[in-house]
Amino acid sequence: MARYLKPAIVFALLMPWCWLAYRVYLETLQTGAGLGADPVEGLIHYLGEWSLIVLLSAFSVTPLSRQFKWPMLIRSRRLIGVVAFVFVAVHTLVFAIFYAELKWSIFLREVVERPYITLGMASVVILMLLTLTSTRGWQRRLGRRWKQLHRWVYLAVPLALLHLLWLRKDGYTDVFIYSLWAAVMAAERIHHWRGGRREKQSRLAKASVSI
Amino acid sequence: MLIRKPAAIASSEITPERVYRGRREFMAAGALGLSGLALPRSAQAGLQDDDEITPENIVTQYNNFYEFGTDKSDPATYAHEMTTDPWSVVVSGEANKTGTFAFEDIIKGLDVEERVYRFRCVEAWSMVVPWMGIPLRKILSQFEPTGNAKFVEFETLYRPSEMRGQRGFFSSIDWPYVEGLRMDEANHPLTLMVTGLYGKDLPNQNGAPWRLMVPWKYGFKSIKSIVSIRFTEREPLNTWKQLQASEYGFYANVNPAVSHPRWSQASERRLPSSLFDANRRPTLPFNGYADEVASLYAGMDLRKYY
Repeated sequence: MARYLKPAIVFALLMPWCWLAYRVYLETLQTGAGLGADPVEGLIHYLGEWSLIVLLSAFSVTPLSRQFKWPMLIRSRRLIGVVAFVFVAVHTLVFAIFYAELKWSIFLREVVERPYITLGMASVVILMLLTLTSTRGWQRRLGRRWKQLHRWVYLAVPLALLHLLWLRKDGYTDVFIYSLWAAVMAAERIHHWRGGRREKQSRLAKASVSI
Repeated sequence: MLIRKPAAIASSEITPERVYRGRREFMAAGALGLSGLALPRSAQAGLQDDDEITPENIVTQYNNFYEFGTDKSDPATYAHEMTTDPWSVVVSGEANKTGTFAFEDIIKGLDVEERVYRFRCVEAWSMVVPWMGIPLRKILSQFEPTGNAKFVEFETLYRPSEMRGQRGFFSSIDWPYVEGLRMDEANHPLTLMVTGLYGKDLPNQNGAPWRLMVPWKYGFKSIKSIVSIRFTEREPLNTWKQLQASEYGFYANVNPAVSHPRWSQASERRLPSSLFDANRRPTLPFNGYADEVASLYAGMDLRKYY
């Protein structure tokens, strides 16, 4: 069973790319057939949505493996996180290449003037740092600080959610679902930390009693 | 209920029934002629030389009609659930002839004209659409608005059983959708009440059986599937202004100089765009209709009244 876990995750992470390739193929056959009348927007939104889904999946690995006592899952955490960043990076690149048409003035103006893009870019920068330092080498080099650095994901996730919320004119069903997902995973962590602290305290208390 | 035709309309202005009955064929012929890429300048006043008519499948499949969902493809998927026949319209407020009227009775005897207009959405995309409709002033004058009528307010159908977007829990829109115009805007010759496009009846997703088209304003002003016309003394509170007044105003004139927090209004993507050609072009003041309408706003600070 455990043997198949990683291949299954890889397969699942490849599916959205296959579907995207198929839609781009349709688009090359007939304009508007694969990505809609506004293909650039269609592409950016598709990649953005999957960025969030995969990011939330990575964010869920630790709580799930803890709750279901399935430590094997942890071994896929880095893979899912890196793939999340690949989505995020392509999402950002498509924006820069096809929307801003590689004009830095347009790109920077959009990042500065549109609050939802400012927040999105902040999230991108954090996730890029986390991805670059995700290797074993960096883990070793940073030691204890590696864990502190990677806690920044707790900022990157809400920034990504706000990015989506602020982009929306109306119709918040998906924003609600994604936020609920993130909130459940955050709640598990809080619960776990509290439990951890209580345990520590009771251990300390016991220790003092025995003295 | 029938509305009596005001005597002010001369019989010479009334379309002969034979022509009226044959209007579909007439319009279809017109649309066929227009489907060529290059348009004769004279025939299409207000169009730029490089304006090309947007393919019909895009105009009917890429819509913002939140009553059916917020995705651009939702209206084309779900709008068929809306019943448009029978369709009655409540006329109220500052007018001599008010009451409930059948849609067909209101437009009976009025000439349907074809008008090719640029259509600019606040989301910074645009299309060029061969609309068919009746100048709004010809419709409104039938109800004999009084001197107190300074504005006209419209409402879209509210029918959650047939409009799934109105059933949505996570929407902050207070249905029904409301829009309005100042009377001089409503009476402007460019302002059209649309009943069709591409020589055909108006598809549900485009706002059947009739919708407004004010070509110099952002698309959200052009309210769809109208069931209420109210003449008022005070400025109506339109839905988007109600939702976010810092972003959407009452006037909503297309204005490249006033940026929107979410979209730059300096340029637009003309649909269909492709991956390798965003088809971006500069946005024109009043969507290119400044010569015709700028005088309506003389002396107004359009940065304040956006």
